[in-house]
Amino acid sequence: MAMSAGAIESLILAAIPDARVTVEDLAGDGDHYAATVVSEQFRGLSRLKQHQLIYAALQGRMGGELHALALQTSAPE
Amino acid sequence: MSQSLVTERIQKDIAENPVMLFMKGTAMFPQCGFSARVVQILSHMNVPFKTANVLEDPALRDGIKQFSNWPTVPQLYVQGEFIGGCDIITEMFQAGELATLFAEKGLVEPEAAPQAVSA
Repeated sequence: MAMSAGAIESLILAAIPDARVTVEDLAGDGDHYAATVVSEQFRGLSRLKQHQLIYAALQGRMGGELHALALQTSAPE
Repeated sequence: MSQSLVTERIQKDIAENPVMLFMKGTAMFPQCGFSARVVQILSHMNVPFKTANVLEDPALRDGIKQFSNWPTVPQLYVQGEFIGGCDIITEMFQAGELATLFAEKGLVEPEAAPQAVSA
């Protein structure tokens, strides 16, 4: 069961409303994406914690429906 | 293998091995691109590491994700601490942070560590 880029973006925005999100489909199979997420919520957090926030936003789909999501996260400059 | 046994095994692995990589496949025969990239980075840095193949043990494959609250494999642990998956290890390597971490923990010779290129 694949996911759409839009679904990924919506889930992230639902959990992190101030985020600026870009999602890129890497393979066209609905299973391999790259996402860039910029949010004030990331300020002061380690990369690990930032990525964990994204995985929590995806409500357990990471590693299941969604096989690969290359993540770039940061706080606004 | 029960959940507590899996947790015990993970705790033992990460306690006994300063650099411990839970991956799909083995260092010689990685069975996933992301796992292969982390093996490549560790080998390039000449840091000794141990691997565990989660494909051989479904309980370990799920247990490691519960243990670290991280939904994917590979997972790298340094002196018992979860460092990250493929993305984070790659970013840290490119930023020179991995070399600094290993040098600080005495796991690689400081001069062998590639210097971070400052902008």
